[in-house]
Amino acid sequence: MTTTNPLLQVRSLTKHFRLPGGWLSGGARYVYAVDEVDLEIATGEVLGLVGESGCGKTTLGRMVLRLIEPTAGKVVFDGQDLTTLKREEMRQMRQQMQVVFQNPLSSLSPRFKVEQIVAEPLVTHHVLPKKEIRGRVLELLEQVGLGRQHLDRFPHEMSGGQCQRVAVARALSVNPKLLVLDEPTSALDVSVQAQIINLLEDLKKAHSLTYLFISHDLNIVQQISDRIGVMYLGKLVELGPSETLFNQPLHPYTKALFGAIPLPVVDRSHPLTILEGNVPSPVNPPSGCRFHTRCPLAQEICTQTQPELREVIPGRFVACHFVEPY
Amino acid sequence: MSALLEVRDLYLEFKTSRGRLKALNGITFDIQPGEVFGLVGETGCGKTVTGLSILRLLPRSASITSGQVLLEGIDLLGLSRSQIESLRGSKIAMIFQDPSTSLNPVFSIGSQIERVVRQHMQVSHQDAREKVRSVLAAVGLPDVDRILGSYPHQLSGGMQQRVMIAMALSCSPRLLIADEPTTSLDVTIQAQILKLIRDLQKKFDVSVILITHNLGVIAQTCDRLAVLYGGRVAESGSTRDIFNQPQHPYTRGLMSAIPHPGTRGRKMATIPGTVPSNPGAMTGCTFAPRCELVMARCKLEAPPLYLLGEKHSSACFLAEPKP
Repeated sequence: MTTTNPLLQVRSLTKHFRLPGGWLSGGARYVYAVDEVDLEIATGEVLGLVGESGCGKTTLGRMVLRLIEPTAGKVVFDGQDLTTLKREEMRQMRQQMQVVFQNPLSSLSPRFKVEQIVAEPLVTHHVLPKKEIRGRVLELLEQVGLGRQHLDRFPHEMSGGQCQRVAVARALSVNPKLLVLDEPTSALDVSVQAQIINLLEDLKKAHSLTYLFISHDLNIVQQISDRIGVMYLGKLVELGPSETLFNQPLHPYTKALFGAIPLPVVDRSHPLTILEGNVPSPVNPPSGCRFHTRCPLAQEICTQTQPELREVIPGRFVACHFVEPY
Repeated sequence: MSALLEVRDLYLEFKTSRGRLKALNGITFDIQPGEVFGLVGETGCGKTVTGLSILRLLPRSASITSGQVLLEGIDLLGLSRSQIESLRGSKIAMIFQDPSTSLNPVFSIGSQIERVVRQHMQVSHQDAREKVRSVLAAVGLPDVDRILGSYPHQLSGGMQQRVMIAMALSCSPRLLIADEPTTSLDVTIQAQILKLIRDLQKKFDVSVILITHNLGVIAQTCDRLAVLYGGRVAESGSTRDIFNQPQHPYTRGLMSAIPHPGTRGRKMATIPGTVPSNPGAMTGCTFAPRCELVMARCKLEAPPLYLLGEKHSSACFLAEPKP
């Protein structure tokens, strides 16, 4: 899986969370949140990461920033292995990589005014002399479609969409190269969601940014991403270019996932794909292929051997024993 | 066929520290027997409050200032407290967005549903248990015996929502109000629950009001719908008519703001601005400040619902019949 000029490389990245309780409950138990995931993001690329709750997409995003320490594996950013960096070095490095979270009302301090919120990274990273900060904040607010009148507002005095614009301005303040966007539109109304997507696309072009875009909303992910990675129970099960992956999903899980999206079209001749059962618990993931308990194609081998992610057609990677090449 | 439920010109306001907030400003729609009816709109459009008004489950700060809610011809707003209480659960049932907060964490699933059954039906403990078993089986829960003794936290979100649906249907109501029943669920589980709602609607011969912000969910599930904006009905009609020929500028805006494979790589259509915070205080059409096709008249008077076809109507002056 080599991309020309990768900005970010994730190698065998793994996170096992230890559950509370120990020898009394019969040995330590772990949540296998992310298991040996490999990814690359090229400079200027948007990689979308989709999956249902508990698939590990958010944990993966946070490990990239080392907001969660990986159990094993490497994160190489711009040629440097982040997992070996000391605390202070990592803090410096975060100037290059910023994050926007799902709920702007909880990711913005309720006691800060917009000006302080957007200026905070500039102050902590000593990017600008004090007297230039206000000018920079105004410039950033304009870039995200806000203005001088918003400087003195508190987050609760603004709408969800405006708050998310502030969160984006804050992330951009230190001129990062990579933005991790974790469900940035999920808390917003449809009409506002489209505004934020357009904004993110404009900003990406204007500042040649690279995005890791995490969302459970497949429609939004395919709109903004160049490539999409699909996760299931801590594993990357499919990876490929947005358009072909969406039109021709290869992994049975990807097919089921895409078939379950209710499209805003009246066409009862194509009912939603119903995938029976629930996502198993990541504390006790199924043996072999983790999807075999719900998979319509499952055979004996799937219960025993974990399929490797392999390139089935150029640029398209699938982890399935029975994927039919086209 | 006469309507099962008619909501006529419903006005509702909240008392807040900043004065009166007029949340519903003349909502009108009707539900036919045996149909799934969608109420769709964005935050603050009044869809949830409308659902709560029907069952009179409103918070104390809310008061209905005028209008009627007729269930088989009887105005629910005029009923006494005990009369409306006996209707809740038996004739009209409701399920909510987050099943984990709707179920009581300290009672087993079996005893919670049984309590509902015995509240409304004069049956023995044994018959009530049997009824509980049959509704749990009807909503597709495996291993009913285990579920009966389980507590809510032992079930997944999808299973909890199935339990809520079982509880709602346990007394064979005529109307089920489902307020964002799949919003907290994953997309594969959402597909299961939507199919279940459609199947049970037929099996139990119940009408369903499906309240959601998701137009995709509406398109896949509902027979007819009303699009709400600013506490009014912007457009109503059959799902086919509204999705194939949306008339109101707001409906059109909403539909084009949903990304799909065709919009990839292109700029997405948006509706500028945000939803009004106190729509009742505005004069004229509540959508006028965000409307691309706004005319001078829209800012002065609110458009009524104009009938376009047999059952399709739009509250926009552009839909006014030409003289």
